[in-house]
Amino acid sequence: MQNYLDFEKGLAEIEGKAEELRALSRKNPDAPVEKEAAALDQKAHDLLRDLYANLDAWRKCQVARHPDRPHTADYIRALFTEYMPLAGDRNFAEDRAVLGGLARFDDRPVVVIGHEKGNDTRSRIEHNFGMARPEGYRKAVRLMDLADRFRLPVISLIDTTGAYPGKGAEERGQSEAIARSTEKCLAIGVPFVSVVIGEGGSGGAVAFATADRLAMLEHSVYSVISPEGCASILWKNAEKMKEAAAALRLTAQDLLKLGVIDRVIPEPVGGAQRHPDETISRVREAIASMLAELSGMAPEALRSARRRKFLDMGSKSLV
Amino acid sequence: MNWISNYVKPTINSLFSRREVPENLWRKCDECGTMLFHRELTDALMVCPSCQHHMAISPRARFEALFDGGAFVTVPVPEPLADPLGFRDQKRYGERMREARRKTGEHEAMLVGEGTIGQAEVVCAAQDFSFMGGSMGMAVGNAIIAAAERAVAKHCPLILFAAAGGARMQEGILSLMQMPRTTVAVQMLREAGLPYITVLTHPTTGGVTASYAMLGDVQIAEPNALICFAGPRVIAQTIRETLPEGFQRAEYLLDHGMLDMVVHRRDMRDELATLIRMLMSLPPRSHGDLPAPEAAAPAPLPEPAPEPAPAAKAPAAKAEAQPPRG
Repeated sequence: MQNYLDFEKGLAEIEGKAEELRALSRKNPDAPVEKEAAALDQKAHDLLRDLYANLDAWRKCQVARHPDRPHTADYIRALFTEYMPLAGDRNFAEDRAVLGGLARFDDRPVVVIGHEKGNDTRSRIEHNFGMARPEGYRKAVRLMDLADRFRLPVISLIDTTGAYPGKGAEERGQSEAIARSTEKCLAIGVPFVSVVIGEGGSGGAVAFATADRLAMLEHSVYSVISPEGCASILWKNAEKMKEAAAALRLTAQDLLKLGVIDRVIPEPVGGAQRHPDETISRVREAIASMLAELSGMAPEALRSARRRKFLDMGSKSLV
Repeated sequence: MNWISNYVKPTINSLFSRREVPENLWRKCDECGTMLFHRELTDALMVCPSCQHHMAISPRARFEALFDGGAFVTVPVPEPLADPLGFRDQKRYGERMREARRKTGEHEAMLVGEGTIGQAEVVCAAQDFSFMGGSMGMAVGNAIIAAAERAVAKHCPLILFAAAGGARMQEGILSLMQMPRTTVAVQMLREAGLPYITVLTHPTTGGVTASYAMLGDVQIAEPNALICFAGPRVIAQTIRETLPEGFQRAEYLLDHGMLDMVVHRRDMRDELATLIRMLMSLPPRSHGDLPAPEAAAPAPLPEPAPEPAPAAKAPAAKAEAQPPRG
């Protein structure tokens, strides 16, 4: 059962009709419906292509949050072999909002880190909807240290609404944990590539998106604040999230123009949620090509180029 | 609408409830409501004499109270692109900027100054909460980078006073990118072996807390400052937990191991002077304004560290005893 977004209502109707016709023909094999159903399929496909070619910023937020999009666990299963999850921050707890461990990418050992949102009620609760607590960031710091010491590239997958806003998380130093994780990103001397696969939510994303190369899926978003949060502060009305989303310029396309990201990975027509396998294989190619760009660089060269990249940010304008 | 409500009422109101207080004379304490004479308040560095509430203080007033003899030189900050997103909410970003500049008389939300504190060279950066909530945009990032570069060039510590509602939303992702950019600035100091001291003032929240504010070698806060990543309202809305008394306040963070000390603004200068002299391996500071008597030879130091200024030029230091920390 496909989950339709609000702007896909027209599409849902057409696909529903085609489905009804086919159900009819299964009951009554003589009914000449195949041609009509095929026409509807074509119409649905055209509509989908048009819709997704012109998604505005708010719709992209909706697509980026789509529950059927492949999540970090799906990518880890498909992109890596011998994945060996590593757990815990050695201080307080294991935070399952952040997955990570050792794995092989094209047979080469790497460290992988990513936010996991979960895909049903049970797993969403287990992974705290992808909202990490300090322990998640401290685990990421541990893993980046491990990568640095054993000279393994780091691949991170970004998919979070943001860091968890909770009492315990604050008491245990959410800010400090995020700051240290960003600091570690900038300190390691190994190739570091990152992909925003869904939502890049503020500081919770920066904590491990501060990489040598950052790619974004075509319909993913990366922002300083959620459109709802921005609307409630600047418009004093959370319903103005469409305006806020547009004003924040949070789409992959705008961020590429601003020089904040390095590439946009095209999604199949209708978004990653409709074609997870194809999307994952495109992400694989992008990761391989970004790693190739960094191969052979000495630790000091990687570190200083990474810092230079961030120091130089802010020279490109959208107006 | 009639003449009674249009004319008489405002007149009566203006007679009986004079709400605006001329800024140059009186100010009401935000916390306890005591009316405070402006001179008294500025002399107390904007700390309410009756409840000790620490009100916002402008970077310039802070620097004047901090540097020796109130003397400092501002460090120039490279100007970032203005409004690269063409951001507009209910107002244009450019308009909000003009208002903030007019209101504060400052160019941006962070001021960088260099000078001496207790005769030790230091670079200070202070965030201005009255300038668009102190929000961290590209200019604040540039200021912190310029401050770190200046400290490295002069081989002296950087002291940073944070105060912000968070990142400047009007600069979108570019404000978020100040988290890694300012972290690079902190790394410059670390690699040069120079102290980076943060003073967290009310309020320090969001992306500011989650980057340069929490990366200090020593972290100090002013009493009762709100310091957090997610604000108490967001937490209350999201998780519907009742939050304990004093949650996310400086003393609460001190108890939870997130700060080294909570220091009253009146004592900040002395504490910082002591701290930076130790971290820079300088000899102890001489108190008082009289030159040390020639005959009484000071205790021999293992290594005579270079002194920028002779003790004779020391300004009158407060003779009062150091208060207990925490």
